Parts: sequence; C-alpha cells; structure tokens
Amino acid sequence: MITLGNYLAVSGMLFTIGFAGVMLRRNIVIILMSLELMLNAANLSLVAFSRFHVDPTTGWPNYNAQVFVFFIITVAAAEVAVGLAVIVALYRARQTTHIEDINTLKY
Amino acid sequence: MQLFLFWCFALLMLVFGAAVVLNRNPVASALSLVVSFLGLAALFMMLDAYFIGIIQVLVYAGAVMVLFLFIIMLLDFRVETLRKINWPAAIGGALVAFIFLIQVLTVIGRLSTASKPFPPLARSTTDDVHNVGELLFTNYNFPLQIIGVLVLVATIGVVVLSKRELPNK
Repeated sequence: MITLGNYLAVSGMLFTIGFAGVMLRRNIVIILMSLELMLNAANLSLVAFSRFHVDPTTGWPNYNAQVFVFFIITVAAAEVAVGLAVIVALYRARQTTHIEDINTLKY
Repeated sequence: MQLFLFWCFALLMLVFGAAVVLNRNPVASALSLVVSFLGLAALFMMLDAYFIGIIQVLVYAGAVMVLFLFIIMLLDFRVETLRKINWPAAIGGALVAFIFLIQVLTVIGRLSTASKPFPPLARSTTDDVHNVGELLFTNYNFPLQIIGVLVLVATIGVVVLSKRELPNK
C-alpha cells in the first residue's frame, strides 16, 4: 500500500539531491539544474498532499494545491529563462561559468 | 502493482536526479534532468494529477530542456570538465546534504498522517483540467494576472540582458 509518507520521503530525497548539487557543483549551469530539482521536489509533496486531502462532499482531490503547483511551474520556467540569460551575459563579460572565478564582490 | 510502479518511477527519478549532480559533462546532466522529470511526471499521474503531469512534460521536457541544451551549446564547457575536484569542499557539502536528508526523514517518520494510505476518489477518472481551470479563473484570477505580468517582465528582462551593446554609443 502506498502511503503519504512514501511520496514525502521520495520528495525529500529529490530535494536533498538538488541541495547536494548546489553545495557540490561549481558550474553555474548545473547549479541552476539542481535548483529546478529542488522546486520539483516541493511540487511532488504539494501534489501528494492534494491527493491526500480528498474533499468529502465531491470526492475529488484538493485542487488548490494543483493550482499552486501550476504557478510554481510557471515561475520556475520564467526563472530558468532569466537565469540562463544572466549566465550568458556573465560568460560574455568573464568567459567563465565556474563560480570560483566570479568572486569580485568577495573582496 | 501500483507499489511496484511507484518504486520504479521513484527510483528512475532519483537515479537520474543523482546523475544530474554527478555527471561531469553538462550535456549528460541536462539529458538526465529530462529523464528525472519524466519520472516525476509519471508520479504526478499516479497521484491522479494528470494536468500537472502533462504540463510537467511540456514545460520541463520541452521548453526548459531545450533552453538548457541551447545555452550549453552556446558556451564552451571543455575547460570546465578538466578541472580538479576540491575534495574537502565536496565531502563537506555531501555531509551537510546527508544530515539534511536524515532530518527530513525523521520529521516524516514522526508525522502521524504519513503512514495512512491515500483515500479513494469518488470516480476513477477525475475532471482535473476543468477543476483546475475553474479555480484559476475564479479564486485565483488575480494571481493568474500577476503571473502574466511576471512572464512579460521575464521576457523583456531576457531580451534586455542578452542584447549586445551597440558599438557607437
């Protein structure tokens, strides 16, 4: 039997993978991909809770959470577009995507 | 059968998610990301969220992946793959992530509702596109319009960011 905990555990693992990607990798494009993984882990737990809270009168899942997931996906897509444009502008200025080479604000 | 499919798709998603982080070639990372999101879309459909599953495939496997591959193609990553790994930083980061995972799993383990199975639906096929659309245009009409403005601002921002400076100022 699949329980809510199964989905939440899988969602937590996916979030951890994304978190580890942000911590471990030094390539800014891979960091952006890991951010996407984390956003989608949050989406998975939202959809799991949506399915878990079935409305007793209609017998349908709670669609408010799915609307929220829809908004998250839209914002994530816009964020990827802007993030990649920033990366291209950065590459044009510095010829690098390695975050250890971009440390002007540190000093 | 459902449990078997759940673990199949969950493992597919997690293994390819790990491949995104562990691959040193960015193109392989981007393609692993797509497979991971396809597994996630399958999990959404197992949760009867067909609309979310479909837009997951359309937006991520379609738009975002093409964008990532296009940028990777535009930038030169050959120097990147030859860099040495900073092992102390990598081990430290992995340790922090591992502690985080332990914390999340502990919280889920203590949650009393986490061990309950999903309640059955009234009908086997839900009319979820209709319901989500109705909510979007009634309760969430104002946020929807704000999202529209946000996407417009993002479009203009991308155009401004990627425009080259004109040679004669």
